[in-house]
Amino acid sequence: MFKLEKRPSPSKPWILATPILAVVMTMLAGGLMFAVLGKNPFEAIRIIFYDPLFNAQFASYSRPQLLVKAGPLILIAIGLSLGFRAGIWNIGAEGQYIMGAIAGATFGLAFYPTESPLIFPGMVIAGALGGWAWAMIPAILRTVFRTNEILVSLLLVYVAEKFLASAAVGFLRNPEGSGFPGSRQLNRIDAMSNPELFANTGMHWGVVMAFISVIAAYILLNKHLLGYQIKLAGQAPRAAKFAGVNPSRLIILCLGVSGALAGLAGLFEVSGPAGQISIDFNVGYGFTAIIVAFLGRLHPVGILLAGLLMALTYIGGELAQLMLGIPASAIQAFQGMLLFFLLALDVLSNYRIRMKKGEATA
Amino acid sequence: MKNLTTVLASGAMALGLATGAMAQDDPLQVGFVFVGSINDMGWNTGHYHGLEAVQEHFGDAVETTFVENVPEGADAERVLTQMALSGADLIFTTSFGYMDATNNVAERFPNVMFEHGTGYRRDHPNVSTYSARFYEGRAVMGHIAGHMTESNIIGYIASYPIPEVIRGINSAYLHASEVNPDVEFRVVWAFTWMDPTVETEAAQALIDQGADIIMQHTDTTAPLAVAAEAGAYGFGQASDMIQFAPAPRLSAIIDDWGPYYIARTQAVMDGTWESGDTWDGIGPGMVGIGEMTDAIPEDVRASAQAMVEAIAAGEYHPFTGPINMQDGSAWLAEGETADDGTLAGMDFYVEGVTGEIPN
Repeated sequence: MFKLEKRPSPSKPWILATPILAVVMTMLAGGLMFAVLGKNPFEAIRIIFYDPLFNAQFASYSRPQLLVKAGPLILIAIGLSLGFRAGIWNIGAEGQYIMGAIAGATFGLAFYPTESPLIFPGMVIAGALGGWAWAMIPAILRTVFRTNEILVSLLLVYVAEKFLASAAVGFLRNPEGSGFPGSRQLNRIDAMSNPELFANTGMHWGVVMAFISVIAAYILLNKHLLGYQIKLAGQAPRAAKFAGVNPSRLIILCLGVSGALAGLAGLFEVSGPAGQISIDFNVGYGFTAIIVAFLGRLHPVGILLAGLLMALTYIGGELAQLMLGIPASAIQAFQGMLLFFLLALDVLSNYRIRMKKGEATA
Repeated sequence: MKNLTTVLASGAMALGLATGAMAQDDPLQVGFVFVGSINDMGWNTGHYHGLEAVQEHFGDAVETTFVENVPEGADAERVLTQMALSGADLIFTTSFGYMDATNNVAERFPNVMFEHGTGYRRDHPNVSTYSARFYEGRAVMGHIAGHMTESNIIGYIASYPIPEVIRGINSAYLHASEVNPDVEFRVVWAFTWMDPTVETEAAQALIDQGADIIMQHTDTTAPLAVAAEAGAYGFGQASDMIQFAPAPRLSAIIDDWGPYYIARTQAVMDGTWESGDTWDGIGPGMVGIGEMTDAIPEDVRASAQAMVEAIAAGEYHPFTGPINMQDGSAWLAEGETADDGTLAGMDFYVEGVTGEIPN
C-alpha cells in the first residue's frame, strides 16, 4: 500500500503547488456542497471567484472593495507571521485590533472639535501603541511567569470586546447621538478621517500600510539578522539559544510588532471604512488573519495573495447569498474548506508518498 | 429570401414584444439585510418571517433576496451597494448599526428605496425608518409578572443601556408595581443581544438572588431553560418561544414585521412610497402578544387581555402620569402621557427602579 516517508527538508515545488491545489479542491468539494443544497455549483463558483472581479454589473464597485477587505487582513497577518515563524503564538490579534481602534479614536476625539493636521498622525501612533500595549500583557506574563501566550492573548480578546462595548455606550458615546451607542463618525471629521486616497480604488492609508508591511517583512526575513533569528528560533530553538538568540527578547519583539500592526489595522478601520467605535466594531479580522497567515505560508508575498483571495471569497460569498440564496453558513464552510485542504495537503510538502510492495494486507 | 426576412423580422418583433412584456411583469425586487443568522429564533428570524410574509402575499410579483450575518460598518455598506447594483427596488436594513451604511448607500442610489429598522436618521428622501413600540408589550408582561411573583423579586436581563432597553425596564416596572407595590427589580446588564452562555449565567445569578420571574431583553431561549429548571417563570422574547409553554413561558412579546413590510412593498409598487418614520405597537400588529398560558390565573389573564385591548385601541398609554423619575423629581403629571421624543431618547429610570444605568 502507500507509505509516507519524511522528506529531509520540505519540498519547494510542493510548497508552491499546495495552495493552488487547495483552492482547486475547495472548488470541487464546495461545488459538491452547493449541488447538495440544490444550487448550480458552476454558477456558485463563478459568482464567488469571477463575478467580483469581472462581472460588468458589479466589478467596478467590488474590485476596489477587495483592497478594503484585504488591507486589515494582510496588515494583521504579516505581524502574526513573524511570531508564528518563531514559534510564538499570538491568537489575540482581534483584541489588539480593538484596543488600537479605541486608543486611536480616544486620542482623536479628545481634541474634538479642533481641526489640526497633526491629529491623524497622532491617532496612528496611539493606535499602534494601543495594540502594542495589549499584546505586551501576554508577552510579559510569558517571559516573567511562563504563562501560555496562546491562552492569555485569546482570553484578552473577550476582555477587549467588553471594553469596546463599554466605550461605545460610555466614554466614547456620541453626545449628540440621542442616547444611542456608538462614537462620533470619525470618517466625517476631516482631521480624524482615513479617506479613500484615490477615488474608486479602495486605497486608504491602511492598505498603503499593509503593502509597506509586506515589503518590510520581506526585507526583515531575508536580509536582516533579526529575521534569521526569528526563523532559527522556530526551526531549532536549542540551536537558536546557542547562537545567542535571547528568547525573551524575541517574544517581546514578536508579540509587540504583531500587536502594533493589529492596532494600526484597527485604527485605520475605525477612522475609515467602519467610521466609528460601535459595540460590534470588530468583525473577526484578527481571527481570519490567522488563516490568511497560514494560507500564505507565513511568507510576506504569500500573505499578500492569501489576503486578497480571502477577501474575494467574502465579497463573492455575499454575492452568492444575494444571487443564489446560498446560506451564509455554507459560505463559511466553503472558506473553512480552504484552510482544511491546505493543511491536509501540507503532508505532500513534508512527506513523500511511496508505494509499499508485498504487504498489501487489508 | 423575402420569406426569410419576414420570418426574421417577425421573430425579432416577437422577441421585442416578449422583452417588453417581461419588463412590464418584472417582479419588484425586495432585498433584506440581516445582522445575524435567519435561524437565530430571535431578532433575525423575526425579520425573516417578515420577508416570507412579503413573498407569500405578493407571490410572483415580488422577488425577495437577502444576505445574512452581515457585520455593521463597512461590510454592510458593501452588501447594500451590491444589492442596489443587482437591481433591488426596495431594501430593508434590519439592525440599528446599519444606520450610516443605509444613508450612505441611499445617497448613491436615489431610485432605490431604503427602510432602516430601529434607526432615526433619514438623510435622504429615499430613506424611511421604522421600529416597534415594544414597551407596550413590556407593560403587559410586567402586569403578569407583578401578579405572578411570590418572592416579589423580578429578575431582568437587559442587553445594552440604550433608550429602547431602558424604556422596557421602566414600562415593565411601572406595571408590575402597579399591581404589586412590594415588587423589586434586579437588573443584570448582559452587554450582548444574544449569547446563550451569558444569558444562562445572568438568569442563574438572578434566581440565586431570589428572583422567581425572569424577564429578558436578550434573544435566546437560554433564560427560559434556566427558569424551567429552577421552577421560575419567564416570557418569550422577539419570537413566541412556545416550546417552553405553559411554564416557564407565560406569554411572549412577538416582533411581527410582516404587515409593515407588505404595506411598504405595496407602496413602492403603487408609486406612493414616501420617506417617513413609523413607530407601531400592538394596535397595528407590529408588536404581538403571545398566548397567555393556563399557568396564569384566569382573572390575571383577563386583566392582561384588557390592557392589551386598551393599548391596541389607543385608550391606554403605558407611560401615563403621575410618574416620577428615579430621583423623585416629577416627570409626568396626573393623566399626562409621555411624548415620543422623550421616549425615543429615554436615559433615566422611573421612581422605584433601583440601581444605576451603567455608562
